[in-house]
Amino acid sequence: MKINSYYDVIIVGGGPSGSMAAYEIAKAGFSVCVFEKDRDIGYPVRCGEAIGYHGLNQYFKPKKTWIAAEIKGATLVSPKNHRVNVDFKNETGYILNRRVFDYDLAKIAVNEGAEVFTRCYVNDLIIKDGFVNGVKLKYFDETLEVKSKIVIGADGIESRVGRWGGVKTMVRMKDMESCVQYSVSNIDISQDKMIMFVGKNYAPGGYLWIFPKGDRSANIGIGISGKYAKKGKSAKSYLDDFVNKFYPDVSILTTVCGGVSCPKPMAEPINNGLMLVGDAAHQINPMTGGGIASGMRGGQIAGQIASQALKDEDYSKKYLMKYPKRLFKEFGNNHNRFYRIKESIHQLKDDDLNYIAEKVSEIPESKRTLSSIFKHAVYKKPSLIVDVFKVFAGI
Amino acid sequence: MIKIIDDKCDYCGTCVTVCPTDCIELDHDLIEIEHPKCIDCNLCVYICPIEVLKIEN
Repeated sequence: MKINSYYDVIIVGGGPSGSMAAYEIAKAGFSVCVFEKDRDIGYPVRCGEAIGYHGLNQYFKPKKTWIAAEIKGATLVSPKNHRVNVDFKNETGYILNRRVFDYDLAKIAVNEGAEVFTRCYVNDLIIKDGFVNGVKLKYFDETLEVKSKIVIGADGIESRVGRWGGVKTMVRMKDMESCVQYSVSNIDISQDKMIMFVGKNYAPGGYLWIFPKGDRSANIGIGISGKYAKKGKSAKSYLDDFVNKFYPDVSILTTVCGGVSCPKPMAEPINNGLMLVGDAAHQINPMTGGGIASGMRGGQIAGQIASQALKDEDYSKKYLMKYPKRLFKEFGNNHNRFYRIKESIHQLKDDDLNYIAEKVSEIPESKRTLSSIFKHAVYKKPSLIVDVFKVFAGI
Repeated sequence: MIKIIDDKCDYCGTCVTVCPTDCIELDHDLIEIEHPKCIDCNLCVYICPIEVLKIEN
């Protein structure tokens, strides 16, 4: 248990995408170390913790301890408080215990041969001849320089690693969601349904969510678009108004805030000797703001390409372009479709949302699907129905 | 001029992400605005989920 002076790959940040990248690289037989700035892997949790069935099961069979609640459907609440229930049918979802989940993912990477250090604060990159080839860090009272062939920035939305490495990570206001979430207890809600509130009084340019977490507890959170945040009321004020009105008796056991970036895919989340993954690379579904599964996939692909680069001994930006190219091939079209649907939904007025809720209510519950809801949701821009059809194909 | 009320900050980095001039430096639990680089666009003030940044005359 000592930080070496060299690893083939250094990963900054021990969230799901950092751990997935570490797992892939260790599996390929290369040396890899994760530096996490906090004292715990998995804490604090800046996340609504929702993930789809396939999103999780494509990687690992979920352990019981990862799952706080299994979600079988959603209730969408319109500005007029019209409630529309949707059954997820075969496509169940989960609300995770990210604290346990992230911890276990790091363990899976370590069991494969990766190293992890916590309370290890990376404060600069080492750049030589235009190539990133290591990091400077502080570990307790030690100041160290650790060399590597590749650095992977898995350091969240503000990605200092990305900015030091010359990657354009800025997000426009209209593509940024300003979010606050309370994990509450003493709440009586159905434990297998997520509830989402839409409209300008609840959450302009976003939505307000209640995700059950079992045992009379839940995550209640909100995301409002930066476009509307300009009008002067903060995400926290919206959330406080809501909780005070509808759930005045809950206790707030955790408060977190943060931003969720919902832009189009980042074209070049790379540089010479540098790759970004997860939130740092905006690997988030722009329509839902969900980023666990997509960040894990980003980490996995980055880890595989990094391993190839190590085999071929080429760490140039040109070589590493294989990573965003593969991501785009897999996700790009859907990401852009989700982006277009989001843009269209953000332009809806409360009257439109009420109209959609009424229309969807006319569909019998047994035939109601997410796809059918979004087909109505884009009624003002019928050209998007194809997008809806394609992103929900198979669900 | 924009002022950060440090004791309210959660260091989530949302302001850093929207800053067009990259003038907010977030270093673990230290946050600072490099005022000479700041163009007073106030985007950070608007996007902050918990109203930590304030406009001060």
